Amino acid sequence: MLNRIELLQLVEHNARVKIADLATMLNASEEEIAAELEACKKDNVILGYTTMINWEKTERETVTALIEVRITPQRNQGFDKIASQFYRYPQVSSCFLMSGGFDLMLIIEDSTLREVANFVSEKIAPLEGVLSTATHFILKKYKSNGTLFTQKPKDDRETIVL
Amino acid sequence: MDIDYQSKISKVVNGIAPSAIRRFFDLANEMKGEVISLSIGEPDFVTPWNIREAGIFSLEDGNTHYSPNQGYIEVRKAISEYLQRRFDLKYDPKSQILVTVGGSEALDLIARSLIDPGDEVIILEPCFVAYKATVTLAHGVPVVIETKEEDEYRLKPEALEAAITDKTKYIILGYPGNPTGATMSRDDLAAIKDVLVRHPNIFVVSDELYSELSYTGERPVSIASFPELYDRTIVVNGFSKSFAMTGWRIGYMAGPAPLVAAMNKVHQYCIMCSPTTAQYAVIEACRNGDKEVDEMREEYNRRRRVIIKGLNDAGLKCFAPTGAFYAFPSIEGLGLSSEKFCERFLMEKKVAIVPGNAFGKCGEGHVRISYAASMENIQEAMKRLKEFVSDLKEENK
Ligand SMILES: Cc1ncc(COP(=O)(O)O)c(C=O)c1O
Repeated sequence: MLNRIELLQLVEHNARVKIADLATMLNASEEEIAAELEACKKDNVILGYTTMINWEKTERETVTALIEVRITPQRNQGFDKIASQFYRYPQVSSCFLMSGGFDLMLIIEDSTLREVANFVSEKIAPLEGVLSTATHFILKKYKSNGTLFTQKPKDDRETIVL
Repeated sequence: MDIDYQSKISKVVNGIAPSAIRRFFDLANEMKGEVISLSIGEPDFVTPWNIREAGIFSLEDGNTHYSPNQGYIEVRKAISEYLQRRFDLKYDPKSQILVTVGGSEALDLIARSLIDPGDEVIILEPCFVAYKATVTLAHGVPVVIETKEEDEYRLKPEALEAAITDKTKYIILGYPGNPTGATMSRDDLAAIKDVLVRHPNIFVVSDELYSELSYTGERPVSIASFPELYDRTIVVNGFSKSFAMTGWRIGYMAGPAPLVAAMNKVHQYCIMCSPTTAQYAVIEACRNGDKEVDEMREEYNRRRRVIIKGLNDAGLKCFAPTGAFYAFPSIEGLGLSSEKFCERFLMEKKVAIVPGNAFGKCGEGHVRISYAASMENIQEAMKRLKEFVSDLKEENK
């Protein structure tokens, strides 16, 4: 039996594994793998395949910002309505409802400092229901989504060990 | 002054032949860095972080002293609980477990503590290279049973019966096995047990270093779990393979209390105690290591399937390994000795694998391929193997 969790774990960090290789690794046929991946898409379990990019290594001068937002929930709609007013902005790459000292966490990636500043002061802070915001900038990424951004460790074992 | 150093070395050490494949070793080592190596008998994984961290913390805490000879009682308790939980084996941490410098030291202690000159020890080739040497160094006589590919490298009861003499002291079983990747099921072991029950003076040394790495879907069975053999079995195990801890140099043996006490005597005088930092780390390994071990096993299993498919695609006959992290395909019919095959594969395709005769004469005609390497390297190596085999077939036409 094809194990869906194991399949998902394999493609989670490398979306480019070939179907034929997945079939070998998981002891299944290529048809089964293709059908299961298709089913995962249909069930909204697999939502897309993205590429991990270290923008710091390119010439783009962009930043990643985490914005904490405190809001008042709205009658009948709780936080969902106001959250949707934030996450519809394309520059918001992630939007989470949080427990603790604030309510929404917005993540903005690949924007310039000025763009983030403008976005917070012009789009977010003035919105009705927003009590306060706190913006944090990421200075350096060491690891993100399970991927190391620093130098990969290299294999320096002996050539032969019996 | 001309000293004939060779003549000064003891006869028993001089009697150990240098490895049959030394020349190949030298060649491969010169090419380090430019080759893909599938010739390594140790995990490519780094020790899981929580285990490393436990070792680091012990250093920060100032634990830099000798431990009791037998190992910290906390470590022996952790090992005892682990053996019970994972393999249903019961050992008293006070008297039945000895913490050693790897399974290697355990094998040596056993030989030195049990063998009188001339005693015979049965070993099953092809096998891990230390078995024969430890017996010889202890003035014992290794008696080799050649296990066969058509038996999936399992020990057959008839073969065991035929090898036993009045002088047989113990037999070393190494399953899951290096270099073959073979395992023995409960039924296979039961047949061996029946033979041993008829010979009550023989001890069993069960090298279970790879016991966590079994891909049959069932938990591997230890021969010590047969009540008839429990009092005659010494289990050798360790953390090198299952927890990716080769460099920490820590392992253990578990067995009858009077024997463990005897081994501890030898251990005390040659080693004092196993590394203290490593002992702190393995407490964490025993208690909180299952998840990582399971993940590593799953990854090895996927690589194993890729290797088996790669060997089939290349047209090499291979019994499908069910344990450890090795495949041991046959290269017969290609017109080359194991060593020549590996040498040319290394020179022409830049992939290092190990000639089968390194693991005993009967390993000739085979090569050992380790899948303790990254998936990309395995896939690339299998591609090159296919090219290489087809080149050879072309030549032989
Ligand atoms: C079958 C077998 N037993 C024992 C050992 C020794 O392992 P360690 O001394 O690292 O515990 C090895 C290492 O390669 C092995 O392959």
